[in-house]
Amino acid sequence: MLRISIDKIDSLFAAISEKQALYIPADRADGAAEYKKYEAGMKLSEKLNTVRSAKDFFFPQTENLVEFKMEGKKIEVKDIRQESEDFVIFGVRACDARSFTILDKVYLVEPVDSYYKNRRDHGTVVTMACTRPSETCFCQAFGIDPTAPEGDCAVWSDGSYYYFKANTEKGQAFVDSVSSLLEDGDTAELDKTVAKTKEIMGRLPLAKLSTENFGGDKLNEYFNSDKWGELSESCLGCGTCTFVCPTCQCYDIKDFKTSDGIRRFRCWDSCMYSDFTKMAHGNPRLTQLERFRQRFMHKLVYFPANNNGEFGCVGCGRCLSKCPISMNIVKVMKALEVK
Amino acid sequence: MNSNDTLIPYVGVVTDIRIDTPDVKTFRVEAPEGGKVFEHMPGQCAMLSIPGVGEAMFSITSSPTNKEFMEFSIKKCGCLTEWLHAMEVGQMITIRGPYGNAFPVETELKGKDLLFIAGGIGLAPLRSVINYVRDNRANYGDVQIVYGSRSKDDLVDYKEIIDEWMTDEGIEVNLTIDNAQEGWDGHVGFVPNYVKELDPSINKTVLICGPPIMIKFTLAGLKELGFKETQVYTTMELRMKCGVGKCGRCNIGNKYVCKDGPVFRFDQLDELPDEY
Repeated sequence: MLRISIDKIDSLFAAISEKQALYIPADRADGAAEYKKYEAGMKLSEKLNTVRSAKDFFFPQTENLVEFKMEGKKIEVKDIRQESEDFVIFGVRACDARSFTILDKVYLVEPVDSYYKNRRDHGTVVTMACTRPSETCFCQAFGIDPTAPEGDCAVWSDGSYYYFKANTEKGQAFVDSVSSLLEDGDTAELDKTVAKTKEIMGRLPLAKLSTENFGGDKLNEYFNSDKWGELSESCLGCGTCTFVCPTCQCYDIKDFKTSDGIRRFRCWDSCMYSDFTKMAHGNPRLTQLERFRQRFMHKLVYFPANNNGEFGCVGCGRCLSKCPISMNIVKVMKALEVK
Repeated sequence: MNSNDTLIPYVGVVTDIRIDTPDVKTFRVEAPEGGKVFEHMPGQCAMLSIPGVGEAMFSITSSPTNKEFMEFSIKKCGCLTEWLHAMEVGQMITIRGPYGNAFPVETELKGKDLLFIAGGIGLAPLRSVINYVRDNRANYGDVQIVYGSRSKDDLVDYKEIIDEWMTDEGIEVNLTIDNAQEGWDGHVGFVPNYVKELDPSINKTVLICGPPIMIKFTLAGLKELGFKETQVYTTMELRMKCGVGKCGRCNIGNKYVCKDGPVFRFDQLDELPDEY
């Protein structure tokens, strides 16, 4: 298998970033990891995952859609879209890699969202197998193998080498572009690392979390469950869960005035917010119970109903560690199970 | 990046503004070069916007058989609609669409006797179907329209109803207003009760649109008369941003009102969670 010694990874990053923008998870001053554009000397974070998910690369928190020039009664529409430049995201975990294929099921179905597709077309996703999954991880529940991540090219580490395997044409092009830095080597040590990781996975507190009873076929039973009141009681409606979530994809469209016209942009929105469904004549989701229910119903019931049983969650665990009142999808799944 | 994106709107020109009621105006919209901005089917909607103010979904009230322009009957009830009502002829707006499904005028409704039931501004989406049916009269059976509003002054499209629909021999029009009023010698009373009084044949296919409370009681009345939910269609509205089932706002159950609706048959609505 093609590999590179861990102490030579800087040369690989330098080679990639010479040709296109490269983003890697790097440690912030406070110790947490976030994706940063690679510059010489930057170190790949050893943290399990980034605080924010990787969805920003394809579905940024805000982006401009279109501009208008207004003159008297006249309006001129200006298409401001520009072809994205090629870029590489290195070190995406298996959970976030799966989230891209879930976002694809929303944004790449007809009518295709050209803003999203543009970035998707130009981005190469290089994933990194997990070696130390944590107690908040439950990607296994959604059929994700953190030791065999998806993405254009998968990378494994055994502590001495990084191993590369292309999964797609784009991934192969990536491997080809750095092949002069890679050498062929045996995977005996890597196999041991993977076996050890699988052993850890089996011992994780959420290893046995089951999705078996969820899906599209018991829609109204789940909707009408008497558990929602208790579950949502402490929810602050802060939307943190939706913002750190790699699969939450709801957005708002707003305008603002610029020096010479109007710019229309879209930004992440949250079904947890009180005005998400508010109209001039009223609001169909009046209390936090209804808004809370919507978020989890969408991930566990509505999305699978429309996508051959695939869930709208990848078990990354971000909502478990970030919710200020310690409510999360795992608690909801455990409380809600309709047999 | 040559392909168009549905989020990038077209420009439309307001070429006529009709004052229908104290709070409803009907706006005629044409492409800057004349003609319609795009084609649609009865029941479909479009996103209208005044950039810098807002954008919202409105049903297209004109029939697709009208080849010259599109019309939107809009009630003043919020920020954007206040601005729309303040427009003058010649003003440009942005428009994108068409969005959503349509009333099944070429399939399930074909050959059927039709009963339209509308309340207030709820006539707007049905007017598109009514005029489509009038222009393709041979394809449909009897047509009956029951339309009610708070007062005579609140009846939308009153002139068209009197001059065209009521003089059309193939159509029966039943108007009602909530309370008696000087200059009104027609029926007085709420729509649900009036429908029961009229006792329409249960062979008719029903299209209903109006305030939620009117729909609720009218549907109950229709059921008492023997109508089945599979015979009754309505059109819904929820907050929308994208119009194509992606922004997540109009999601109910596994449906998106903007793309799977806005037209639903009542047996289809029954399968959805009660959240609209």
